[in-house]
Amino acid sequence: MSDVVDLQEADKVNVNYENSPLSELFRRPFALVAIIVLVMIIVSSLLAPFLAPYDPYAMEFSRILTYPTRQNWLGTDGMGRDVLSRLLFGGRRSLLSVVEGVSVALTLGIPLGLVAGYFGGWTDRAISRFVEMLMSIPAIILVLVVFSALPRNEDIAMVTFGVLSFTTPLRVVRAATIQVRGELYITAARVSGLSHLRIMLRHVFPRIRGPIIVQGTLFCAYALLFGIGIAFLGLTGGTEDPSWGGMIGEGTKVIIQQSWLIYPPGILSVLVILCFSIIGNTIRDVVVKDETVAQQSYSRSVKKNFLASSPKVVTNDEYLLSVTGLEVKYLTNKSDVTIVDGVTFAIRAGETVGLVGESGCGKSVSALAMLRLLPNGLEMTGGSVVFDGQDITGVSDNDFYRLRGSTFAYISQEPQASLDPTFTIGSLLCEVIRSHEKMTKSDAKRRAVELLALVELPDPERVAQLRAYELSGGMAQRVGIALALAGRPKLLIADEPTTALDVTVQAEILALLRRLQIETGMAILLITHNWGVVSELCDRTLVMYAGQIVEHASAQSLFDQSLHPYTQGLLGSLPKQSNEHGRLSAISGSVPQPGSWPAGCRFAQRCQYATIACKEDQISLITVSANHESRCIRIHEIFSSEAR
Amino acid sequence: MTRTKCETDTRGNFSPMLKLVMRRLLFSVPLFFFVCSTSYVLIALIPGSIAQTILGINATAEEYEAVNRSLGLDRPFLERYLNWFSNALQGDLGNSLYNSEPVSQLINQRLEATFSIIISCTLVCLVFGVTFGVISALRGGLIDRLLDGISALGLAVPNFFLGVILVQLFALRFSVFPAIGYVSLGESVSGWFHSMVLPVVTLSVSGIAVVTKQTRDAMRDVLGRPFIRTLQSNGVPQRSIIFKHALRNAAIPVVTVIGLVFVGILSGTVLVEGVFAVPGLGGLAVSAASTSDVTLIQGIVVYFTLIIISVNLVVDVLYGFLNPKIRNS
Repeated sequence: MSDVVDLQEADKVNVNYENSPLSELFRRPFALVAIIVLVMIIVSSLLAPFLAPYDPYAMEFSRILTYPTRQNWLGTDGMGRDVLSRLLFGGRRSLLSVVEGVSVALTLGIPLGLVAGYFGGWTDRAISRFVEMLMSIPAIILVLVVFSALPRNEDIAMVTFGVLSFTTPLRVVRAATIQVRGELYITAARVSGLSHLRIMLRHVFPRIRGPIIVQGTLFCAYALLFGIGIAFLGLTGGTEDPSWGGMIGEGTKVIIQQSWLIYPPGILSVLVILCFSIIGNTIRDVVVKDETVAQQSYSRSVKKNFLASSPKVVTNDEYLLSVTGLEVKYLTNKSDVTIVDGVTFAIRAGETVGLVGESGCGKSVSALAMLRLLPNGLEMTGGSVVFDGQDITGVSDNDFYRLRGSTFAYISQEPQASLDPTFTIGSLLCEVIRSHEKMTKSDAKRRAVELLALVELPDPERVAQLRAYELSGGMAQRVGIALALAGRPKLLIADEPTTALDVTVQAEILALLRRLQIETGMAILLITHNWGVVSELCDRTLVMYAGQIVEHASAQSLFDQSLHPYTQGLLGSLPKQSNEHGRLSAISGSVPQPGSWPAGCRFAQRCQYATIACKEDQISLITVSANHESRCIRIHEIFSSEAR
Repeated sequence: MTRTKCETDTRGNFSPMLKLVMRRLLFSVPLFFFVCSTSYVLIALIPGSIAQTILGINATAEEYEAVNRSLGLDRPFLERYLNWFSNALQGDLGNSLYNSEPVSQLINQRLEATFSIIISCTLVCLVFGVTFGVISALRGGLIDRLLDGISALGLAVPNFFLGVILVQLFALRFSVFPAIGYVSLGESVSGWFHSMVLPVVTLSVSGIAVVTKQTRDAMRDVLGRPFIRTLQSNGVPQRSIIFKHALRNAAIPVVTVIGLVFVGILSGTVLVEGVFAVPGLGGLAVSAASTSDVTLIQGIVVYFTLIIISVNLVVDVLYGFLNPKIRNS
């Protein structure tokens, strides 16, 4: 039954921060309808003595098993009793069952959950073990035990149900409490010597009300299901006392003569259960503010129709890769936000090009767009990619995957997470090798070990038997490189390949990349915010800011004479290098968020040289010399003293 | 960085798995003890009920006493309990109060039908739930919302109500399936299949909804992990990425709900077996409860607990098998 769902959801209920769930609840049409229906049903059950057209016990043997008529709106049952009246009175019994079950479960679950979550440690472990145990017992069988000892006592049965099911609210409360427990003000309250009880009641409890309300509502649905279930079995009171479950049971007995009778109580029960779960789930959605990324399908495709409007394609045999006017947008229901704005660059065979900039400038997104591996919600909406003289922008998704790995490959900044943990390194490599070239398994295995040796992993045969979580970061990155090399790519896109690694390991990986480049002649596009890496490896460097390329020059001339205030700012922080977050101390402020880019120069807000002119119009990339471009209109004024 | 544990070949090394199984077995002992004791205590809390069940309420005090003596009910509670428990461990669950047949024999006659249902349901839930979940995760959009709606309804419709509707439609109106009864697998395979369809559909709906949701969430989560991008960027075909890598990783959280889905199905048999007149444990439990046959219901509790313990064991083994981290550590 639905306990499974409740338990499923249990751990996901989070703690909300600023909430007024009620007002938001009313703004959602589904929930509003559910609330109205539920209130109407509850009220009419309570007012049954006044509303019911007949006495629910009065038998009229001249009218047995009739379909709905003008006298009996919902027909009559096997003893000629009015179905509508019995439904109204039955609602009292069924709803009372809900109240009994839910109140017992919450009374036990909330305090125990609070205690387990608040104290943690041994208390928590003992309670959790107990809960685990209780959860594997089907409540219904023990309720049957109660029925066998105390026949026909539905109240006791529902209380037993509550005692056996309090684990669900307990888990929710515990999870929510654990979240709150770690917060500063709780620590402060502890330090200031408040008693645990007081902290729990006054400080923790108010914060976890949201999840409790959610759980309580969903639990009502479960309790109702259970209550009508045992009534259906005919184990509660006699058939005289109406209840929804009992009425379904009575209808079942006469189903051969007449099939109508099961539907009024059945549909009503379904309706009430649906109402409870809609309300509960809506409160959850309101209270638990998920960062709802536009739920889009996983298999997304590049829009094919933008080609018509894309800028002229740079086809130059000189270059291995030419990217022209690359544009990426974040597509939401409301508006589209540009993330990458007309990025154009090219890479020659065997060359290493750095792509530098703070986090959030669109470096990785540009690279992923070329690979057509953009995360959900992002889409390449313009531009073209020419690889080896072939325009690959129009290649269909079905064919595109063949290009990956064999023409260009990718290594990421999270080496361990980038390897499927359920397969051994050897079998991952074999699979990649065999998706590029037809070869037998044993040949592929041999090649896998060769590749592992190529990336200088000691004892490659043993490494092939390991899984991702058994490797260190450096080893995992070497494996990532081996995987990328398996298809003999002409271009390797390395997205901050050393960011997550120790300094000594970083140097090793860089040395490895350099060696491999010399041996294989592949080009490398290196995304980084580490100038050390640039100076070590790169021939040319592109500097990105807020979705645009702002400067492009050979690595050497950038270091000698950068021609953009942003690059200068970045370089100004060189002594410290960049810290882990890519935030640079030499420039104040931070990268403007996509969607809030200024009309003029996007760096103007943070630029010490900015003038009014800078903020007026879009700035285009200016060619300063043969190999140097900059997106700054004041370069001649700012850099005149040193520029030439 | 590699730990010395990795020195040994990780393939075919099942001793960590064995440990896992041992741990679960160790945990099962208190569970078994706990459930049996709880139900025993619950019954014992009501004095005189057993004799009353046998004799009715109009018997004399002497008659009650005679029955109590013959059943050993005049002994102290603890002694009775230990006695029952040690007998139970040897397979003797006492005799039914209702018709004096040995409880274990009554139960064993019912096992085939119950096992047919719960095993079929579990498989149906897994097959359909995983399929729907994968489709939903990959396609999203309309199918996603459609499945969401169906599963919300599937969870809101009480299984016995659904069962009655199915009987009315498919058995009474259009005689596609037999309305009631159970055909033993040994008797006729097609007859067995026919008699299974309606009960299995009835009991699987909510489980399918649960597995679908879990599979979808797990698939979405896995498809968003970096290793998927690695596979894609290295030219591994989408088919292999989804069905070999993503599904394999998503299977780990999916396996963890099997136990819960199974408990749901087993509880469901109690409500639904009667609808289809399937002679299983669930129906037996209901009739035991309605006749106050406490020794019988006690025995059924023991069997239910054993079934759940063994399913949890299977789930643990599956989990360990799918999750090499567990298997090897």
